[in-house]
Amino acid sequence: MIKLSEHKELTEHNLIRKAKLPSKVHIPLIQHFGKPCDKVLVKLNDFVKTGQMIATSEGGVFSPIHASISGKIISITDCPHPLLGRAKAVVIESDGEDEKIYDLINRNDEVQAYSAEKIREIIFNAGIVGLGGAGFPTHIKLKPPKPVDTFILNGVECEPYLNVDYRLMLERTEEIILGMKIIIKVLGAKNVYIAIEDNKKEAIELFRRANLPSNWIIVVLKTRYPQGGEKQVIKSCLNREVPQGKMPFDIGVVVNNVGTVYAIYEAVCKNKPFYEKVITVAGRGLTNSSNLEVRLGMSIRDLIDECGPIKEEPRKVVMGGPMMGIAQYNLDAPIIKGTSGIILFGKDEVVEVQERFCIKCGECVTHCPIGLEPGMISLAIAKDRLDLAQEYGVMDCIECGLCSYICPANRNLVQAIKYAKQKIEDKRTKK
Amino acid sequence: MLNNSNKLKVSVSPHLVNKRLLTPQIMWLVTLSLLPAGVASVFIFGLRSLWVILVGCISAALIEAVIQKLRGQKVTISDGSAVMTGLLLAYNLPSGVPLWLVVVGCFVAIAIAKQAFGGLGRNIFNPALVGRVFLLSAWPTYMTTFIKPFDTITQATPLALMKQEKISNLSEAGINYMDLLIGNRGGCIGEVCIIALILGAIYLFYKKIITWHIPLTYLVTVGIFSWIFGLKSALFSGDFIFHILSGGLILGAFFMATDYVTSPLTQKGQIIFGIGCGLLTCVIRFWGGYPEGVSYAILMMNMIVPLIDRWVKPKRYGVK
Ligand code: SF4
Ligand code: SF4
Repeated sequence: MIKLSEHKELTEHNLIRKAKLPSKVHIPLIQHFGKPCDKVLVKLNDFVKTGQMIATSEGGVFSPIHASISGKIISITDCPHPLLGRAKAVVIESDGEDEKIYDLINRNDEVQAYSAEKIREIIFNAGIVGLGGAGFPTHIKLKPPKPVDTFILNGVECEPYLNVDYRLMLERTEEIILGMKIIIKVLGAKNVYIAIEDNKKEAIELFRRANLPSNWIIVVLKTRYPQGGEKQVIKSCLNREVPQGKMPFDIGVVVNNVGTVYAIYEAVCKNKPFYEKVITVAGRGLTNSSNLEVRLGMSIRDLIDECGPIKEEPRKVVMGGPMMGIAQYNLDAPIIKGTSGIILFGKDEVVEVQERFCIKCGECVTHCPIGLEPGMISLAIAKDRLDLAQEYGVMDCIECGLCSYICPANRNLVQAIKYAKQKIEDKRTKK
Repeated sequence: MLNNSNKLKVSVSPHLVNKRLLTPQIMWLVTLSLLPAGVASVFIFGLRSLWVILVGCISAALIEAVIQKLRGQKVTISDGSAVMTGLLLAYNLPSGVPLWLVVVGCFVAIAIAKQAFGGLGRNIFNPALVGRVFLLSAWPTYMTTFIKPFDTITQATPLALMKQEKISNLSEAGINYMDLLIGNRGGCIGEVCIIALILGAIYLFYKKIITWHIPLTYLVTVGIFSWIFGLKSALFSGDFIFHILSGGLILGAFFMATDYVTSPLTQKGQIIFGIGCGLLTCVIRFWGGYPEGVSYAILMMNMIVPLIDRWVKPKRYGVK
């Protein structure tokens, strides 16, 4: 792990503000880890309200999907998707009213009496998924098949540029604490940790001053990338490792990131489905880099306009953080549940360097958070020796990007690794 | 309003630019860090060493270019690695060698030790050392005739005198530690002026191009070993400072054993490598046929790097 140049300053001190209500949203039916929501609950020309469930499924791993604005369904068809290229989506044209289907209430006190089952059901019905990475449905994560005694609030947010979790911790501290209490109750966890990196001094201060239960521990971590990964934060907090191929619950731990905990608070305490989230929209070329509370389904283009005017034409637009995010080619692609940010890079921030042969400097080996030898893996892949790559542990790679970032020979390590993982996965499923 | 998306570049993550040192910069910076020792050698041995250095660098680059041209490959001399090899080879030669010998050495280093293996990154042995060892076995007389500093007469190196048991300590050779530090002794062009080498090494540490793992373990091992066995007559009374400062040890430990390509990948492996280099150097110096063992020690350790890399793996997350 290493310290990156963080570029957090672009939006570090910007209060979260609400983005303009979009005139149209594209809501993909797959926004989570698992199977798509194949049961569409609305038809063309239907009128929907904000927060109305529009698609779901039955059985298996999925999370239902909600309308993020009120208005008319104008099509249900293949649309741009930020991760998949294209995918089926429900397109809603706004009526400008933003009429909600639910009543925003305040049931903080009532919640205490809710059973774990009931809370999980609320979370499921609200469509909450993990907002830190793969978008794993939260109601499933909160029903671990083994007893869990430890909960970690992941406030690390180690990706450069992003300030979503940081701003939430500053501006919605109490809400996050309430959300944590809900989770702890559901899990029955006894040990509670709040993990924050030392570049977020104000957030640490706020939590220290908050009236936390005595058994909660604030763990201040040295700022290091990629410490925010689930397995890394467990290691940093508890000095324990999740055994290879296992899940955190196997060692009695559940980790949720700040955004997810906030969404849980909103759903459980306020009765609000998950159709809106905070993201960072930043780039040197934007006049107003911001932390925006946006409706899911808004296009990247709308958000760039929201933060404009543009000072410098972007050369690359990334959804997610700059280390693990996905470069976009279509600005009509929508914000989905797992989107943490939109980062714009200008011409001179997109450099092309020639890939050279590995000089065996060992930098990638020293810093890989998983303890792999990315250089050797890439050499094996170059020789089409996928078996060897597998022996080197390519499937354990978390694609954090660190190895490519530091390699002096500019090897496309992550690219090779992603390719190999795909190939190996394909082979496995074919069998 | 942003109009078109067709100018957007799409590439795989990570997207953050990192102003890190790339291969060519590393090679040129290592070359740069070696320059003080070269300048010192011109003072010590005269213009003659300048010619050896220039011929080394230029012929290494030319040989690499010609080979790559002939094989229809991209010419990569701008990455600096050939010049660096030429320079290191020159530093490992006595100042009095004929210039054609330098060219032959460069040919062996570049054509055989580097390009025949497939070029930078694929070679097993440190090219400059292969060149030197070849010359040493083919033309031993040229390679062991050293010029006395600030003079034109020849003089044996302190290590050689010690080996032949003509002296038993430094003062009998008429010099002191200070002379060793500034380079007032017989030896190869680039190895004598320790102060200049240390200066370059500090720069490499500062630039984070090298780490302590190899050089420190190498030097400490030589220190301990020569303290124990350095004096024939009694154990635990060897002059370890003399052994660390003489021969090609400082040059080898900081600039040649640390060569990325031919040293282990992991830090643990590098420590083993450093200790191995130290032990072999001493074994050769005290009981082997040569007064100096740095080149052979590093080459022998180069040979087992694949083994070290196979056995010393980084600690995998979640794997016991
Ligand atoms: S960082 Fe790059 S050059 Fe260095 S060992 Fe890894 S792949 Fe090879
Ligand atoms: S190999 Fe994977 S886990 Fe390791 S540094 Fe590279 S991307 Fe990160």
